[in-house]
Amino acid sequence: MLEIITFSTLNGVLYGMLLFMMASGLTLIFSMMGVLNFAHASFYMVGAYFGFEISRRVGFWPGFVVAPLLVGALGALVERYGLRRVHRFGHVAELLFTFGLAFVIEELVNMIWGKLPVDYRVPPSLDFVAFRLFDTTYPAYRMFMLATAVAIFAFLLIVLKRTRVGLIIQAALTHPNMVAMLGHDVPTVFMMVFGVGAALAGLAGVIAGPALVTQPAMAGLLGPILFVVIVVGGLGSLAGAFVASLLIGLIQTFAVAINVSLADMVGGDAASRFGELGHVTVAQIAPVLPYLLLVLVLILRPTGLFGNRET
Amino acid sequence: MSALLEVENLNAYYGKSHILQGVDFHVGEGEIVSLLGRNGVGRSTTIKAIMGDVRSHGSIRFKGREIAGLKPHQIARLGLGYVPENRDIFPGLTVRQNLLLGQKTARQTGRWSEADMFRIFPRLEERADTAAGVLSGGEQQMLTMCRTLMGDPDLVMIDEPTEGLAPKMVELVGRLLGEIAGRGISILLVEQKLTIALKISGRLYVMGHGRIVFAGTPAEFAANKQVRQEWLEV
Ligand SMILES: Nc1ncnc2c1ncn2[C@@H]1O[C@H](COP(=O)(O)OP(=O)(O)OP(=O)(O)O)[C@@H](O)[C@H]1O
Ligand SMILES: [Mg+2]
Repeated sequence: MLEIITFSTLNGVLYGMLLFMMASGLTLIFSMMGVLNFAHASFYMVGAYFGFEISRRVGFWPGFVVAPLLVGALGALVERYGLRRVHRFGHVAELLFTFGLAFVIEELVNMIWGKLPVDYRVPPSLDFVAFRLFDTTYPAYRMFMLATAVAIFAFLLIVLKRTRVGLIIQAALTHPNMVAMLGHDVPTVFMMVFGVGAALAGLAGVIAGPALVTQPAMAGLLGPILFVVIVVGGLGSLAGAFVASLLIGLIQTFAVAINVSLADMVGGDAASRFGELGHVTVAQIAPVLPYLLLVLVLILRPTGLFGNRET
Repeated sequence: MSALLEVENLNAYYGKSHILQGVDFHVGEGEIVSLLGRNGVGRSTTIKAIMGDVRSHGSIRFKGREIAGLKPHQIARLGLGYVPENRDIFPGLTVRQNLLLGQKTARQTGRWSEADMFRIFPRLEERADTAAGVLSGGEQQMLTMCRTLMGDPDLVMIDEPTEGLAPKMVELVGRLLGEIAGRGISILLVEQKLTIALKISGRLYVMGHGRIVFAGTPAEFAANKQVRQEWLEV
C-alpha cells in the first residue's frame, strides 16, 4: 500500500507538472488573444517528433535543447504571420484558424513519419533504476522528467515575477493599449509569449515522447485534457492552471492505481442492487474522471477554481 | 519657430460616427496648452488619435516628423507622453513596479527619477510595495502621471487629471503640473476646472462638436463671454 501511494504520488505530480508545462503557455496565450489555441497540443506533438528525429541522428541531448527552440520559432512564426493577420476578423476566425492548424499539423506528421508510433527511446545515459521501494523500482528517466518540469516551473515563476519583461507581460495581459502607449512593443512581446509557450509545449513533448508513445494521435489525446485543466483552473489564471494540473495529474494516476470496485468497498450484497455498475472498478472509469471534474466545476463554480472571467 | 506638435485636419471615427471633423492646433516648445470643451466633444479622442490608439487621418507632426500611422509604442518612444483619463494603472503590480514600467528601457535615465516622484508625493513612497489597485482615486491619479513622466517625455498630454478628486488632491496635481512646466516640458492639458486651466496655460483651445471653435490666450478667453456661453456653460 505504501509503495502504491508513494509511486502514485510521484507519477501524479510528474504528470501534473508536465500538464502545467503546456497549460501555462496555453493560459498566457488565452489571456493575450482571448481565445483558446486549439493547436497548442500540436506543438507538444511536434516537439516529440523533432526530438525523435534529432535524437536518432545526433543523440538525445542535442534534441532536448534544439527541438524546443525549433518549436518555439515555429510558434512565433504562426503568431506573427498567421494569428496576427486573422485577428482583425475576430475571435471566431482565430478559433477556426487554430483548429485548422491542429489538423494541418497532424496530417503533416502523418505524411512525414507515418501513422504508426516511432521508436523514440529513453537515452542510455538515463536508462537505469533511480531507486527501489520494497519490490518496485522507479526509473531514472521519470526523475529526470520531474526535474525538468520543476526547473521550467521555477524559470517561469522567476521570469514573470522578477524580471522587467515579466512585468510588461503581466501588465499587457490586462492593459495592452496602455502598456503600448508607455513605449513598449506589445505585439512583439505577445509574439515572444506565444513562442515561449510553444517551446514549453515542445519541450514537454521531447521529454514525454520516450516515456509515452510518440504517434500522430498524441496531440488529439492530450488536447481535451489540457482544455479541462485550464477551464477547471479558471481561464486566464496561471495559479489556477497549476493547481488544476496537479489535481488532474494526481486524480488520474491514483484512479488507475486503485483497482477497487463499488462491490469491493460496500460489500457484494449492497452493490448487487447496482447490477453490472457495482463491479466497474475505479481504474476502469479513470479516463472519464477529468471530464467529470470539468462538468462538476462548471456546475458549481463556472469561473473555474481561480478564475474571475466568465467562461 | 516650428511647433513641437502640429495637428492639421485631424479626422477620427468610431465605427461610422465621425467624431473628429478636421481638428487643427499646435503646441510649442515648453508651452502649456489647454483643450477645453463640454463632455463628449472629442477631447479625449483627439489625444488618443495623436497616440495612434484611435484610427484617424490627417496630419500629425511631432518634432517636425509625421507620426500619423506609426504604432503607439513608436510614438511614445519619440517623446510623447500620455496620461489617460481613466487612471489606467496596472492594479496587480506594486506602485514601484508601475513606475518601473513607465521607463521605456531598463537603463533609461532622464529628467525624472523614482526619488523625484517620492519627493513630490511622499504618499507613493509609503505605499511603494503595495498593489496599485488598492490606492485611492487620488493616489492612482498621481501614480498615472508619475508613471508617464518616468518615460521622460518632451510633451505630456494629460486627460482630466483632477476629475473627481478632493480639493487637497487637486492642489497636488496643480503643483505637479507646475513642476513639469518648470523642467521645460510641454503640456497639452484637457481640464474641466477652468481655474486651473486659466492659471497655468499660455494658450487655450475650445472644442465643440469635433472641431476647434476658439483659440487664444487666457486673457482673450476671459474677455470672450460669447464663446464661454455657447461652448462651455451647460
Ligand atoms: N470607444 C468608443 N466607441 C464609440 N464611441 C465612442 C467611444 N469613445 C468615445 N465615443 C464617443 O465619441 C465622442 C467623443 O468622445 P471623447 O471621449 O473624445 O469625449 P471627451 O470630449 O473626452 O468628453 P468626456 O471625457 O467628458 O466624455 C462621444 O460622443 C463619445 O460618446
Ligand atoms: Mg474625455
